[in-house]
Amino acid sequence: MEHYTMNLTLKVWKQKNANERGRFETYQVKNVSSEMSFLEMFDVLNEQLIAEGKEPIAFDHDCREGICGMCSMYINGRAHGPWHHTTTCQLHMREYKDGDTIVVEPWRANAFPVIKDLVVDRQSFDRIIQAGGYVSVNTGNAVDANAIPIEKHMADEAFASAACIGCGACVAACPNASAMLFVSAKVSHLSMLPQGSPERKERVMNMVNQMDKEGFGNCTNIGACEAECPKGISLENIARLNREYLGAMFDGGSQNAK
Amino acid sequence: MALNSKIPAGLLEEKWEKYKSTCKLVNPANKRQLEVIVIGTGLAGASAAAALGELGYKVKTFCFQDSPRRAHSIAAQGGINAAKNYQNDGDSTYRLFYDTVKGGDYRAREANVYRLASVSANIIDQCVAQGVPFAREYGGLLSNRSFGGTQVQRTFYAAGQTGQQLLIGAYQALERQVALGNVTQYSRHEMLDVVMIDGKARGVIVRNLVTGELERHFGHAVLLCSGGYGNVFYLSTNAMGSNVTAAWKAHKKGAFFGNPCYTQIHPTCIPVSGDHQSKLTLMSESLRNDGRIWVPKAKGDNRKPNDIPEEERDYYLERRYPAFGNLVPRDVASRAAKERCDAGYGVGASKQAVYLDYAAAVQRYGKIEVSKQGIANADAATITKLGKEVVKEKYGNLFEMYEKITGENPYEVPMRIYPAVHYTMGGLWVDYELQTTIPGLYALGEANFSDHGANRLGASALMQGLADGYFVIPYTMGNYLADDIRTKSIPTDHPAFVEAENAVRDRINQLMNIKGTESVESFHKRLGKIMWDKCGMARNEKGLKEAIAEIQALRKEFWSNVRIPGEVNEYNPELDKANRVADFIELGELMCIDALNRNESCGGHFREEYQTEDGEALRQDDQYMYVAAWEYKGESNFELHKEDLNYEVVHPSARSYK
Repeated sequence: MEHYTMNLTLKVWKQKNANERGRFETYQVKNVSSEMSFLEMFDVLNEQLIAEGKEPIAFDHDCREGICGMCSMYINGRAHGPWHHTTTCQLHMREYKDGDTIVVEPWRANAFPVIKDLVVDRQSFDRIIQAGGYVSVNTGNAVDANAIPIEKHMADEAFASAACIGCGACVAACPNASAMLFVSAKVSHLSMLPQGSPERKERVMNMVNQMDKEGFGNCTNIGACEAECPKGISLENIARLNREYLGAMFDGGSQNAK
Repeated sequence: MALNSKIPAGLLEEKWEKYKSTCKLVNPANKRQLEVIVIGTGLAGASAAAALGELGYKVKTFCFQDSPRRAHSIAAQGGINAAKNYQNDGDSTYRLFYDTVKGGDYRAREANVYRLASVSANIIDQCVAQGVPFAREYGGLLSNRSFGGTQVQRTFYAAGQTGQQLLIGAYQALERQVALGNVTQYSRHEMLDVVMIDGKARGVIVRNLVTGELERHFGHAVLLCSGGYGNVFYLSTNAMGSNVTAAWKAHKKGAFFGNPCYTQIHPTCIPVSGDHQSKLTLMSESLRNDGRIWVPKAKGDNRKPNDIPEEERDYYLERRYPAFGNLVPRDVASRAAKERCDAGYGVGASKQAVYLDYAAAVQRYGKIEVSKQGIANADAATITKLGKEVVKEKYGNLFEMYEKITGENPYEVPMRIYPAVHYTMGGLWVDYELQTTIPGLYALGEANFSDHGANRLGASALMQGLADGYFVIPYTMGNYLADDIRTKSIPTDHPAFVEAENAVRDRINQLMNIKGTESVESFHKRLGKIMWDKCGMARNEKGLKEAIAEIQALRKEFWSNVRIPGEVNEYNPELDKANRVADFIELGELMCIDALNRNESCGGHFREEYQTEDGEALRQDDQYMYVAAWEYKGESNFELHKEDLNYEVVHPSARSYK
């Protein structure tokens, strides 16, 4: 790969905490290597700011391998930036050229309040899982793993839904800040497997109720979530969620729902 | 203090069964009165917290990430071992045990490893019951693949994201317990000290990373599931936040540190591209199933890899180790890569890389597909196309990741790889019950030293984390707490809590008040360079002595010149990092001391003075067949305690994969 360096202008959202108003701040970053990752470019900028006695920019990140789901930047109007099926940490600077201006914001949603700068609170996702995103099996109860054969095609589909990393890009990308793609991926993963079948009705009711309680918006079939999802979670999951939800409603499966 | 490993008497294969049948139990009413603190929510922590919550204990979990699901277990790619013998290829509990002991170069405890192998099958059952979507065959049954250091197929996997799927399984089980009120979870909290009362661990001081406030939490027992310390090298495959702080605080409060120098350098990582590099990315070991590793036969050959003809390539692993070929254990593969690069055969711009080539696999799979699909007289393009499709199904996400990072297409051009720090076999010393030398303080998963000896086999870390959490700690902790049922919860205004919190606050203030000129990151990089150069893949006496002096000097400089921006009582990642780097510096010194003490080569610990004529590790069993457990005695002062390793079943021999 041809290597080059560039100078960039960054407009980054700065916000002291959840209660104070935020604003954009402009920074110049010099000699950025095309081989850096996007977050490494932020490392360079932060080191520069610390050297100048200024406060660095707070952002979430951890594995930097595209799997933990912690990184969460809204880059030039797109969740995780311009690359398809890519988290912010895997976006690399060869995407940009000398002189570019890049605008970076946090995920914006009522259910994801800003903690500081680009860092948001996504505990609402944990609470949605607590509402039913599991199979109720205690440790030690399991039968032999091969006693439950699962059609390969179903297992593969369940896996495709389970590939969700819970980053929240779907919410950030959605004009309604809906969490339907996240919730539907979990509902689909478990409802497609025999292990998840006994609880499928309560699960879908309870998880959707919790999603609404958290203040996420409604789904209006725009599809931005699927387009921006770094793991390629399909809109079919939402269709499946709707079927599961309707089925549970008409089947009286909501009796056990909380 | 004499180390007591508390290995039960009796035949190896009966020890754990006997222990489980005779250990003390806590009745359900009493469990509700007993509080347990779990630090870290990776596979070990999440599984322990879920299992203990199910039993009825009152559990609190803490993680520094924004959700328990983000712990770095999530990044494990390749798979999890289990002695299921579903492939009818000769696997058994004994063989998994034997492979693990041999893979660890005869530096692990037999009884622990046997227990690990015997619960391995239960782990797969449990995970499948939770809905973990492992890969399956067309008949609907589970699929297996091979991993390094073994000759059977016992690795279960979920594409290239086995860790994520297992962690989500454990996380879901954990969230269920949160919903049931048995577990309270604290995210964005970091443990900064253990609280000791009457010689027992009775709680922790944690910092709320959002507000900066210090909190006190009581527990009848404290479980450290805080992972490994590979980030002491700055560059590693660990997550950016992975750190030793919880384990190190426990060490300074009296928990011995076992075999700190045992570090695993993983052979297949994406090479460093420049000074800006913040972390390294692993390419799963599963790629060695089908990929072939080579360098040019000629030194300094600058041709493009596809222009180098077959006969001018050196498939050095296949040449040196015909029995295991590209699937030798990690330590062996890493050293072989370093040997070729040091000798001048490295590739790429930095010359610090070797090729991992899929061309042969594409052809092999392509031909199988052609025959499966009954295509007569298929042309080369069809074979290649079909072969690429098979490779894509098996390894697609890994290939994609490689392309995103390097900008090169691995379906067309061989991948460039180089070894990188990946895992630490060392950790807090624990007995058979996973208890550290502090009563009531346990260490699980990568945070302890116990099961992998001097080198861990691939797909065994996930196995150990879940074994410790789901199947070991529920029994062994109960055995301890059974004697603690009369202890009421201790209020956190107890002087021990006040004192511990004050000490933590003083240290934070001290760090903030240095107001020096050099960033935390810069100190971390400097530490990493010392460690990699002198305590990395190859070590020698001279280098280690230099490293110790350099680290001591670095520590002084850190405590007089580090610059931490921002305030204490706010979200301040630089302060979090400073706390961690300060501990890494102290740990780095101990690692060098341990490496210097161990005058032998074993597994991941390679002392240049101790090697065979053909460059293999040379153990000194008569002198070093022991676990080095270090006691903290004050700044730069550690006392060595030895736990002798007795092999009753396996007979240690020179490890050979030839």
